Amino acid sequence: MSEEHYLELCGNPVQFENASSVNNVFFDEANKQVFAVRSGGATGVVVKGPDDKSTVAFRMDDKGEVKCIKFSFGNKILAVQRTSKSVEFINFIPDLLHLEYSQECKTKNASILGFCWTNWNEIVFITDQGIEFYQVLPDKRSLKLQKSQSINVNWYMYCPVTSVILLSTTVLGNVLQPFFFRSGTMSKISKFEIELPGVSKPAKLSLSERDIAMATIYGQLYVMYLKHHSRTVNNPGAEVVLYHLPREGTCKKMHVLKLNTTGKFALNVVDNLVVVHHQSSQTSMIFDIKLRDTDSTLSVHQPVVPARSIHPYKIPLTGPAAVTTATPVPCELYSSTWSVFQPDIIISASEGYLWYLQVKLQPVVNLMKDKGKLMDFLLQRRDCKMVIVSVCFQMLNGPDKSNLSVIATVFDKLNQVYKEYLEAEQSYTMAVETGQSRGNPAQKRPVRTQAVIDQSDMYTHVLSVFTEKKDVSHKFITAVLMEYIRSLNQFQITVQHYLYELVLKTLVHHNLFYMLHQFLQYHVLSDSKPLACLLLSLESTYPPAHQLSLDMLKRLSTANDEIVEVLLSKQQVLGARRFIRGVGGHDNISARKFLDAAKQTREEMLFYTIFRFFEQRNQRLRGSPHFTPGEHCEEHVAYFKQVFGEQALMKPTAS
Amino acid sequence: MLMISPRMATGAQEKQYPPSLLNFFVYNPKFGPKEGEEEKKILFYHPNEVEKNEKIRNVGLCEAIIQFTRTFCPTKPAKSLHTQKNRQFFCEPEENFWMVMVVRNPMIEKNNKDGKPVVEYQEEEILDSVYSSVLQQCYNMYKLFNGTFARTMEAGGVDLLKQRLEKFFYRYLQTLHLQSCDLLDIFSGISFFPLDKMTYLKIQSFVNRMEESLNLVKYTAFLYNDQLIWSGLEQDDMRILYKYLTTSLFPRHSEPELAGRDSPMRLEMAGNLLHYGRFLTGPSNLKDPEAKFRFPKIFVNTENTDEELHLIVYKAMSAAVCFMINTSVELTREFCEQLDSLVGPQLTLLASDICEQYSINRRISGPEKEPQFKFIYFNHMNLAEKSTIHMRKTASVSLTSIHPELMKILGDINSDFSRVDDDEEIIVKAMTDYWIVGKKSDQRELYVILNQKNANLIEVNEEVKKLCATQFNNIFFLD
Repeated sequence: MSEEHYLELCGNPVQFENASSVNNVFFDEANKQVFAVRSGGATGVVVKGPDDKSTVAFRMDDKGEVKCIKFSFGNKILAVQRTSKSVEFINFIPDLLHLEYSQECKTKNASILGFCWTNWNEIVFITDQGIEFYQVLPDKRSLKLQKSQSINVNWYMYCPVTSVILLSTTVLGNVLQPFFFRSGTMSKISKFEIELPGVSKPAKLSLSERDIAMATIYGQLYVMYLKHHSRTVNNPGAEVVLYHLPREGTCKKMHVLKLNTTGKFALNVVDNLVVVHHQSSQTSMIFDIKLRDTDSTLSVHQPVVPARSIHPYKIPLTGPAAVTTATPVPCELYSSTWSVFQPDIIISASEGYLWYLQVKLQPVVNLMKDKGKLMDFLLQRRDCKMVIVSVCFQMLNGPDKSNLSVIATVFDKLNQVYKEYLEAEQSYTMAVETGQSRGNPAQKRPVRTQAVIDQSDMYTHVLSVFTEKKDVSHKFITAVLMEYIRSLNQFQITVQHYLYELVLKTLVHHNLFYMLHQFLQYHVLSDSKPLACLLLSLESTYPPAHQLSLDMLKRLSTANDEIVEVLLSKQQVLGARRFIRGVGGHDNISARKFLDAAKQTREEMLFYTIFRFFEQRNQRLRGSPHFTPGEHCEEHVAYFKQVFGEQALMKPTAS
Repeated sequence: MLMISPRMATGAQEKQYPPSLLNFFVYNPKFGPKEGEEEKKILFYHPNEVEKNEKIRNVGLCEAIIQFTRTFCPTKPAKSLHTQKNRQFFCEPEENFWMVMVVRNPMIEKNNKDGKPVVEYQEEEILDSVYSSVLQQCYNMYKLFNGTFARTMEAGGVDLLKQRLEKFFYRYLQTLHLQSCDLLDIFSGISFFPLDKMTYLKIQSFVNRMEESLNLVKYTAFLYNDQLIWSGLEQDDMRILYKYLTTSLFPRHSEPELAGRDSPMRLEMAGNLLHYGRFLTGPSNLKDPEAKFRFPKIFVNTENTDEELHLIVYKAMSAAVCFMINTSVELTREFCEQLDSLVGPQLTLLASDICEQYSINRRISGPEKEPQFKFIYFNHMNLAEKSTIHMRKTASVSLTSIHPELMKILGDINSDFSRVDDDEEIIVKAMTDYWIVGKKSDQRELYVILNQKNANLIEVNEEVKKLCATQFNNIFFLD
């Protein structure tokens, strides 16, 4: 069976001391730091960041049980919440006093639900009666209230990437009020209501924070709502509803992800895919909101591929905690002790691990039969290049070979992305050129993602290897190459000459000269000097290649020298002379080359004509019919004298 | 080279008779070498009503002439025999198989001084090269539908060969219109449809996909407006197939099309797509329960692999596709239905695409690109042929817009060209302000007819240069 686990836990998890009666564990989504607080901090706080270097360890006085603990950005200031009334601060800035200072919430009788850092020195308190936005002044060891807003809050949620805080308000809790923070300002975004499956009576809090998550998908912020349905005939199961939360404008319900089952779920977002973990079946499914099934404003999505469990995972040996263990221990997946954080974090507090969730593309390839849809999927993924390339290669080879219309679809999809990148690059270059002259601010250079598969990628990894294959029919090879060229042309991408050469070599190798001839006749293989030269070399096996090559050189209009060479090599001396005179290049041609060719024909009159032509040219250009030593024509002058006599030489005319 | 052609003979009381076919026969001298068995040599004789002894005499005469001329050049015996009343053309397409065509010279009937009609044969008015080519084409066409003589001999001996010759030539000779044969018969070229690269690639893609889906198809050819766009067949086979399609098959089907009887919109059940596709060979109506799924057989690559193929010609609007399938496969109703439902909609779409693209291109290039000259162009390399002299060919005759005398001069120039390998240019001043220019560059030939009052040689030369610059600027054509 081919590999089907398309999700896996990263191989190098962040390890920390597991949660216990003496060790409390906290996770800060903003800095992705795990805090292990032993005995309220008295016996030490160990902070582990996403990479090994960012580990911080310190002690603090045990002033009661810690409810929440977070560093500001850059580990400048530590905030600790122990009571529902106040938050304590400790400076971690060198040269500043390390003593704690405290801030109570401004609203009377309010209790603090939590706090979020929005900058290195800006913090937001969320209380059950509103939010308070403070600036921390570490040197003065005090805080200054910037702004506050009264509102009844059930619970809150923070998305650090976009600096958006979401507050659950009203009795039912389903009216969500977002706030947006940026460098000292707090702005309110219009609130929106989550549609609940049914209203309970009497009215009570019906929307739990467990069922809401925020994440950016394809650069847009979405509020994801896990909507549990009571299972009925019409409702096959729960669904995830995605509300698009734009910076300006109103929040809109945009996507519905059909889970087709019920139970306990958790959400992650990995590589712009929504991952839904289902605990009872111990499987996860993935959704891609860009894969559209319908064209309506509200898209309903099914899982991209059937649900599978995360790849079996063994606790690795390395790391301080595992030194004594002899064999890797299989890790219990979908454990009830797992906590899932956005976008892609899974934490097992009981075991002391933090993992990043990863998507593996190859298993998806194995599970997805529709190649067009697969390409749509792959093109949106981060590390897609080699997988796409290998899919293309498999598509052309072996027993699972696709048919031409599928191949055409795939090529079109690849080239669509390729073309968009080329256009962006081009408009960037233009903007830079014009911007420099006008002094406009520089535009951002377009990023080349892995999804941009250009001609050289296709040539190197797919086409050149594929055409070498012995077991593929030449008809199929040609059809595939033509299909690729057609697709490039359709997107108005200039085809590189090595693709043409590949076509040419394939056709020549199978003696399909007439086919080649027809392609050239319709200019399917665009003109270039390399191609023309390649054609010339074919003349001995296929005589018409001579004419095709000359035509091509003529059309290039920059290859007059080559045309003369070709004609002279065919001993068409007069033809060469007429041609070069026709294009006005006869003053610069080498007399020696022409005379050599004329002599080789052994036609004395021809030699005479050519010789006379150059004498006249010399006369016209230099006022004398004689050849200069630099022209190296002594041998020919001697020959001329020998055949026609000294007196036949042209006399200089005095003018 | 400058030549002045004689003024054309014109007369009021004259009656002209064009050249016509007198005899056409096929024989093999090895089949009746003994005296008294001469009749066995004759495989086919037209007209059949001719008395046996005369047949034998005529065949014997040809044999003698060929034998006699062999003594001068063993490899190249006589190709034709000129007499006052007629001209005979000899051709040995396969070893020991001879084909002979006897053409009666054109005649003018005049009244002499006494008022009595006198016939004057114009022995110099017809060209060897033209009719030799016609004879060769007769063989090629026969071979396309019947395979080589040798192959038939292997399959069924002399009787079968005679039978096939009779069956084929009985009809074919009636379609020979000797009076309208000209330079184009020498070239026997192919007219290619001018097309932009993208549309051409779409056609390629279509052909490849069809060959893949209908995996029985060995070769495909694609035509539009009776002009070739793609041939999977080799050049020589395509040349004769093209001739058959454009002078026989298409004209036969074009009349009902023009009358609008045969092309109703058909609502196809497959995907509910409207399409205009129909079979030009094989079943005329797929729905007909009595329909026969028999297609003409053709023989290609007779030099080496010698393949026998079904010829399916399928057309939608102006686009025609030929699918060629090995005869070892039996074609069924299911296959034809599959082909119809698959090819029909796509070909209809493609045909309208081509049509649209073609009119766009014409609009872009504008009227100045439209040739104001009368010319014939031919490239020996790819057999590409272009003529602004000939009207659209019909089943019966090919019409030219110029006087036959001028056509003959073109033929004469061509004969001159064929004698030497070098590039050449010939300018002829013909009657009443006509100038004819023939150019040969490498494998290409161009004939231009100019009609300018009081033009001189230099002006004519300039005009031709202009033509080359507009019409042939993308090929290498020596001035």
